[in-house]
Amino acid sequence: MTDVSTERSRFEADDQGWFGEPGLFGGRFMPEALMAALDELTVAWQDAMADAAFVGEFEQVLREYAGLPSPLFHARRLSDRVGCRVLLKREDLNHTGAHKIRNVLGQALLTKRMGKQRVIAETGAGQHGVASATAAAYFGLDCTVYMGAVDTRRQALNVARMQLLGATVVPVESGSATLKDAINEALRDWVASVDHTAYLFGTAAGPHPFPSMVRDFVRGTGDEARAQCLEQYGVLPDAIAACVGGGSNAIGLFTAFLEDDEVDIYGFEAGGDGVDTPRHAATIHAGDSGVLHGARTYVLQDDDGQTVESHSISAGLDYPGVGPQHAQLAHSGRATYLPVTDTEAMEAFSLLARTEGIIPAIESSHAIAGGLKVAEQLAAEKGPEATILINLSGRGDKDMGTAIEYFGLGEAGR
Amino acid sequence: MSAPVSGARTAAAFERARAEGRAALVGYLPAAFPDVEGSIAALRTMVDAGCDVIEVGLPYSDPVMDGPTIQRAVQQALDGGFRVDDLFRVVEAVAETGTPTLVMTSWNPVERRGVERFAQQLDDAGGAGLITPDIIPEFALEWIAAADARDLDKVFLVAPSSTDERIATTTAQCRGFVYATGIMGVTGTTQATAEGVAPLIARTRATTDLPVGVGVGVSTGAQAAALSEHADAIIVGTAFVRTLLDHADDRDAGLAALRTLTEELARGVRRA
Ligand SMILES: Cc1ncc(COP(=O)(O)O)c(C=O)c1O
Repeated sequence: MTDVSTERSRFEADDQGWFGEPGLFGGRFMPEALMAALDELTVAWQDAMADAAFVGEFEQVLREYAGLPSPLFHARRLSDRVGCRVLLKREDLNHTGAHKIRNVLGQALLTKRMGKQRVIAETGAGQHGVASATAAAYFGLDCTVYMGAVDTRRQALNVARMQLLGATVVPVESGSATLKDAINEALRDWVASVDHTAYLFGTAAGPHPFPSMVRDFVRGTGDEARAQCLEQYGVLPDAIAACVGGGSNAIGLFTAFLEDDEVDIYGFEAGGDGVDTPRHAATIHAGDSGVLHGARTYVLQDDDGQTVESHSISAGLDYPGVGPQHAQLAHSGRATYLPVTDTEAMEAFSLLARTEGIIPAIESSHAIAGGLKVAEQLAAEKGPEATILINLSGRGDKDMGTAIEYFGLGEAGR
Repeated sequence: MSAPVSGARTAAAFERARAEGRAALVGYLPAAFPDVEGSIAALRTMVDAGCDVIEVGLPYSDPVMDGPTIQRAVQQALDGGFRVDDLFRVVEAVAETGTPTLVMTSWNPVERRGVERFAQQLDDAGGAGLITPDIIPEFALEWIAAADARDLDKVFLVAPSSTDERIATTTAQCRGFVYATGIMGVTGTTQATAEGVAPLIARTRATTDLPVGVGVGVSTGAQAAALSEHADAIIVGTAFVRTLLDHADDRDAGLAALRTLTEELARGVRRA
């Protein structure tokens, strides 16, 4: 057997969950009551990932049930527009409409392996909630989803979907009534139910092992994309891009490329009304180091350490924290994180619909908007042979309400 | 200002209770609930009516261990413009009574202020130490060093789910007392029972000579009496908060209800 500790990549967390330098980003800042469960989960996840039978079953369910691998699509009309090759990783075509299904099927399979019968989840846009409710139905588990009351209103379609799938959706009224408060409520449930309940964490944030475990389950996005790009185009991309809320779809794409130093990595955060206004969710750009939801990371906070409410037109990016590995990738300079405003995202939303016939999630539209700017730079520097690979993390069906309002759609004759 | 109340003072309160053959009563309220002056008046009422030790909560936007009742109170404090400097004002006003006064806080506000600076301000205000419900000693090394330098009490929590090894590593870092959680759950939800908590208390005692207090899920005099058979202290929060929430429009009535509840619990820890 090889010695795991000497094999560990510089991008892996250590045993306490620290990314990079111990103490800087990550860790496990949680009540003692949850320590036994977090330890149990760590061991179960590590055992499972080392077990070929588990990995095989995971890959099979992704293939046969979730419709993976998702295609890598050459967006030709967009490419013509920006002057270089634009590739879209089509996670919008996954069952339930987003990258989230990978994470949830992995965690649900692990839940079964651990012999637990109930799952809880938190959700912002509702995509993780829908994915959790779906996986619970598929595996026959009880499912409760916590969702900020504000989000239950702006993502009503997804609430209905979760209910149809048999999940109980609990609206959370406390605090800002958005994703961060849903996480608080789910954690409180977990403190009381941890002996029989698994917490399906929705993003690559939270206490160790969640950031690493979620990354393991979603890293197929990048592994597939890297192989597809080499196979279909014979090159690695010059740059890759993804939107960053908590950071699961982004880390899912990035992981396969971290050691490819020639590939530039971009994460796009929600700039809301603009990062010079108080209404945004650009945590890495404007946050400070702090502890939120179990990890030391960048947090939007005031001088007293109180979390500042975030804002984004996309519920899935409306989060004042970010996964600790992204904090480390930003800190070390391996990846670059930039804000994209609501307006820029909505322009990209409309552009992708009209040029490629794809209606993206508003979250993913942030990656499109930012990625196209990078593409224009690349085209100017390297010409038409340059390639950018953008993660299209999800589809926009859930966002039609927002789009109708934003663009004033729905009346014939426009 | 009165002489600083150092870590030894919490121990003294526990010793006094032990000498009287009873458990100590520890009472919690968030700072600045219902407002800064109101919280000082309420905490002083609790001291006056029989609390041996006071816990002042630092209202925080994202608490994990607080149930709905405490969260409502904390939200009211935050909506009212609570600042961390107000916390130290409240601590100072309560510590002046000579009753050991600890701060119960989520971790991020401490980290944000700077652990050293927070510890110094707590010490300057006459605070006795910190109770830290959402951080374990392994991640609190900077606080442990700052507390040791000032002889401040370090109260970490043990839970029914803790392994014996984890209880041992946790109590090894505690000073003042050890906080044993009475239930698996957040404050103000289900009720702790003596039979439920006794095993955790016994497992904790096997690792330390420090006093062991039981909190989370304790709200009545009868519970206080039953739990006093096992624990060195009874820690009550939600029930105190509720008396004030129930009389939100009448401050005097709220304080009167708070006094009545404190007296009931004080009789409880005397098993009377
Ligand atoms: C389609 C889509 N993309 C991105 C996100 C943001 O989450 P993360 O940053 O974890 O990928 C969400 C969250 O709901 C989403 O639904």
